[in-house]
Amino acid sequence: MNAMAKTIQAAPLLSVRDLTKWYGQILGCRDVSFELRPGEVLGIVGESGSGKTTLLNCISGRLAPTSGAVEFDTSRFGLTDVYGLSEPDRRRMQREEWGFVHQNPRDGLRMRASGGANVAEPLMNLGGRNYGKMRQATIDWLERVELDTRRIDDKPRRFSGGMQQRIQVARNLIHGPRLVFMDEPTGGLDVSVQARLLDLLRELVRDLGLAVIIVTHDMAVARLMADRLMVMKGGLVVETGLTDQVLDDPQHPYSQLLVSSVLQI
Amino acid sequence: MSPLIVVEDLAKTFVLHNAESAAIPVFSGLRLEVGPGECVVLAGESGVGKSTLMRAIYGNYLPSGGAVRVLHDGAYVDITRASPHEVIDVRRRTLGYVSQFLRVIPRISTLQLVMEPLLENGVDPAEAKARAEGLLTALRLPPAHWDLPPATFSGGEQQRVNIARSFIRNYPVLLLDEPTASLDADNRAIVVGLIRQALAAGAAMIGIFHDHDVRDAVATRLFPVSDFKAAA
Repeated sequence: MNAMAKTIQAAPLLSVRDLTKWYGQILGCRDVSFELRPGEVLGIVGESGSGKTTLLNCISGRLAPTSGAVEFDTSRFGLTDVYGLSEPDRRRMQREEWGFVHQNPRDGLRMRASGGANVAEPLMNLGGRNYGKMRQATIDWLERVELDTRRIDDKPRRFSGGMQQRIQVARNLIHGPRLVFMDEPTGGLDVSVQARLLDLLRELVRDLGLAVIIVTHDMAVARLMADRLMVMKGGLVVETGLTDQVLDDPQHPYSQLLVSSVLQI
Repeated sequence: MSPLIVVEDLAKTFVLHNAESAAIPVFSGLRLEVGPGECVVLAGESGVGKSTLMRAIYGNYLPSGGAVRVLHDGAYVDITRASPHEVIDVRRRTLGYVSQFLRVIPRISTLQLVMEPLLENGVDPAEAKARAEGLLTALRLPPAHWDLPPATFSGGEQQRVNIARSFIRNYPVLLLDEPTASLDADNRAIVVGLIRQALAAGAAMIGIFHDHDVRDAVATRLFPVSDFKAAA
């Protein structure tokens, strides 16, 4: 039985309750609650300004919410409120058990270090000392994301945008995280490059049984990647459900508008 | 024997919020049971709600009322109320769906696409590959096509890829929405053979077939959807 088939009986990996974030008088997101199981892919969709990125940042321990709780099934402490952990414990948990793929590879990579060093760094951060092993793992991962391993020592800026994004993916998966956050991972890419990255992400998610929370404004990306969707508008979740149900039979006026606005080709 | 699908008092009305909240009633009070070895063919003219009913049973459309119970792991799961991960599990292991159109994924080869339902169920890749090749051969899709993504295939070829993808697993329950629509007579006969084989093995099916020959060859009874037409 693979990781996906186990999903149904598993206890939640992540549990978000009544999450609210105010920026002073301005609402980021409000009263968001959901659970995520191991191996589940949740898509958060909505227009820019709908609160998707605020929500993602709050859930991923990068932005303290005004109220509410984010609990994660940590390997060291069991189900624990992420913001209840001490700063060093939270950072360690983020490093060991999570990944975060940014829209812009520059936000997720060290531009001064080589592509290979970027991929290997998480292993070193987790105390890896065997350089031969780490180098081999790095080569394996570069191959897995379809990059030319002879370019292991090139700096990220010498790679194209799509390649940089694949370096970022490798860097975020090499340490075997259980939960990966993705913020518009295919956002800035040409469509052909985007299709290749999406295939790759789909395959990796299935093979590794990863739980993923992916923010996107692209309904095609949502359909391809997500098991279920949360539609956000004005900081609120207006509809949630199985991905194809939300896209093919949306119930909320805003979801209907969002889906009917997609151009057919 | 207990039915594999029980549809109880199902109702569906579409509400279009961005068109002055126009309500489009499709059906209401719809009841249907399908047991093992049965192939119920939905009858009625186009627009009567046959596809809507299929999609509601699959959990793709959200009904306005009623229940769709599918026998899954020895217990009935109400698709209309189950959580997304439960519906996904039911679809992965119990409930298959052959639509008229193949949803093509860029860059994924035909063979990969057909193997996918087996890989998702943890079948060994070598065995999945052998079964996919066997089925594509049976459906007479030339081996030269297997490594190509089906985006550029003809309608009939895409349809056969779609059928291979759905018949590669022995789903206990299968929904067939015009699976033979763009096939020639020889290929239709092959698909009829696959359907009969699955019925003989105890599958329960609900289908839409406009082709009368296919319908007569597989239907164990007809179900007139128009009997449950909802009042506007």
